[in-house]
Amino acid sequence: MALELELISPIEVAKDFALAVQEYTLLSAQSLANFFRRPLYMADMLQQADLIGVGSLPIVVLTGLSVGALLALNAASTLQRFGSVTLIGQLVSLGMVTELGPLITGLMVAGRNASGMASELGSMIVTEQIDAMRALGTDPTKKLITPRIGATAFMLFFLTIIADLLGLIGGYGVAHLLFGVDTNQYWTSVWQILVFRDVFTGLIKPVLFGFIIATVGCYYGMSTRGGTQGVGRSTTQAVVASSVLILIVDFFVTKLIFAIFGYR
Amino acid sequence: MPAPTLPSENQTATAVAPSGIAIEFDNVSIAFDEKVVLQNISFQLAHGETKAVFGVAGSGKSTMLKLAMGLLRPDSGRIHVLGEEITHMTEQELFELRRRVGIVFQESALFDSLKVYENVAFRLMEEGIAAEEIERRVREVLRFVELERTYDMFPSELSGGMRRRVAIARAIITEPEVILYDSPTGGLDPVTSNTIVELIMKQRDVYKTSALMVTHRLQDAFTMASHQFDKATNKVVALPKGQLCEVPMSFLILRDAKVIFNGDAHQLATSRDEYIREYIS
Repeated sequence: MALELELISPIEVAKDFALAVQEYTLLSAQSLANFFRRPLYMADMLQQADLIGVGSLPIVVLTGLSVGALLALNAASTLQRFGSVTLIGQLVSLGMVTELGPLITGLMVAGRNASGMASELGSMIVTEQIDAMRALGTDPTKKLITPRIGATAFMLFFLTIIADLLGLIGGYGVAHLLFGVDTNQYWTSVWQILVFRDVFTGLIKPVLFGFIIATVGCYYGMSTRGGTQGVGRSTTQAVVASSVLILIVDFFVTKLIFAIFGYR
Repeated sequence: MPAPTLPSENQTATAVAPSGIAIEFDNVSIAFDEKVVLQNISFQLAHGETKAVFGVAGSGKSTMLKLAMGLLRPDSGRIHVLGEEITHMTEQELFELRRRVGIVFQESALFDSLKVYENVAFRLMEEGIAAEEIERRVREVLRFVELERTYDMFPSELSGGMRRRVAIARAIITEPEVILYDSPTGGLDPVTSNTIVELIMKQRDVYKTSALMVTHRLQDAFTMASHQFDKATNKVVALPKGQLCEVPMSFLILRDAKVIFNGDAHQLATSRDEYIREYIS
C-alpha cells in the first residue's frame, strides 16, 4: 500500500491560524463579558477553584521548594568565588518573586489544568453534551468557561504566593544548611531587596497566566473534532500552546514593567 | 400493550390545539465543506403532529434536527419554530426559544458528571425553581419513564435504553411544545424500543406535543401510525382498520440531500416511487 502524503498550502495554514486566533479572541472576550452578565455560576466557580487551587497545591509546594533550593545552590557556587555567599537571600528572593515563582507555578498549573479543561470540554463536545447544554437553554461559555477563567486567575495568584514563599524556604534550607548563612541575615536580605515593582510584577503575572491557561484550555476543548483521538490532540495542543504563550507573555510583561517603572 | 403510569394531570395544561405550524423549513440548504447535506428542504410540522423522518445513514436527518433547534445555521433558506424565524436569531435569543423545545439526542447526551436527577432537573435548576418543586417534578417525570429508582445514579451506571429514557425525561420535564427525537430507539432491544415508542405516543396523544422523530426503524413509525394511546385505560391500543390516518402522524423521507416523500401513512403505503417501495418493503 503506497503512503500518500498530502501537501498543505502555506496559505491554508496561515488562514487556519488566523481563524484560530479570531475564534480564541472572540471566546476570550465573550467569557470576560460574561462576568458582567447574570447568572454568574458562583457554585461552579468555587468548585473549579477547589479543583484548580487545592488540587494543584501539592505540585506547587514541591516545585516551589525545589526551584528555591536549586536557585540557592547554583547561585552559591558563583557567589562563593567572590566571597559574597551572604547575598544568596537577595538572589533567591528576586528570582523567585519576580520571575520563577509565577513562571513555574504557571507552567505547572498549565500542564495540570489546561490539559484537564481541554479533555473535559473536548469529551463533552464529542458526546454532544455541549449541544445538549445549548439545547437546554444554557450558554456553555457562561456555565463552563467563565467560571474556569475566574477560578484559575484567582487561584493562581495565591498559588504563586505559596510557591514564592516555599521557594524562599527552600533557598534558606540550602543557604543555611550547606553554606552556613545566618538565618537572620538570609531573611533580612530577602526582605530588603524587594521593592514595590518586584512584588507588583510577581503578582500581576499569575493573573495573566491564569487567564491564558483557562482560555487556551477551554478554546482547545471547545474546538475539539474527531472523537477520542481529537480529545487527545486537543489536550496536547492546549498544554503546548498555553506553556508557550505563558513564556511569550512573561517576556513582554517583564519588558513592559521595566519600561514603566524603569530598571533598577 | 401495558404502558407506564401517567404523571399528574397538570402536564396537560400545555397541550396545544392541533392547528397552526410548529416547525417550518423553507428551502433550507446546508453544506459541510464541499459536501451538500441538505438542499432546498421544505416541509411543515403542524401543532400536535408527529413526523417521522427517514433516510439512509448520512442523509442529513440529525442535521435537520440541529437546524430546527438552532444548533446549526443553514447556508440558505428560512426556518420557523413556534412562529418565530430562527435563522437570524442571536444565540441569546435562541436560548429563550429553546426553553419551549425539547430534544433527545442520538446517544442521549446526558451530562456524565451529573447524577440522573441533576440531569433531568438541569433546566429547572437554571431557572432557579425551588428545590422541593424540582424534586417533585423530577420524581414525577422519572416515574413517567419508569426510572424513579435511578434518581441518585450516574448515567454510566445505566443501560443504553435507560439512558435514552432519562434523556426523554429531561426533554419533557419543562413540558415543551415541540420535541425533537434523534433515533430514540436506535441500537435498543425490541422490548425497550416498544417502551420508548409508547412514551412518544403518550406525549403525542395525551399532551398533544408536536414532534419531529428521526428514526431508522420503520416498524416504530408504523406502530405509531396504527396505534394510539388511550388515556382512560393507560394503554396503547390499535386503531380499527380504515382509521390509520386518524392519528396526527406523518412521514418524511430524505434521499441525496432532498425530500423525496412527505405525507401520511396511506400515501406512503400507496406510493409508486420505486425507491420508496423498496425502502418500506
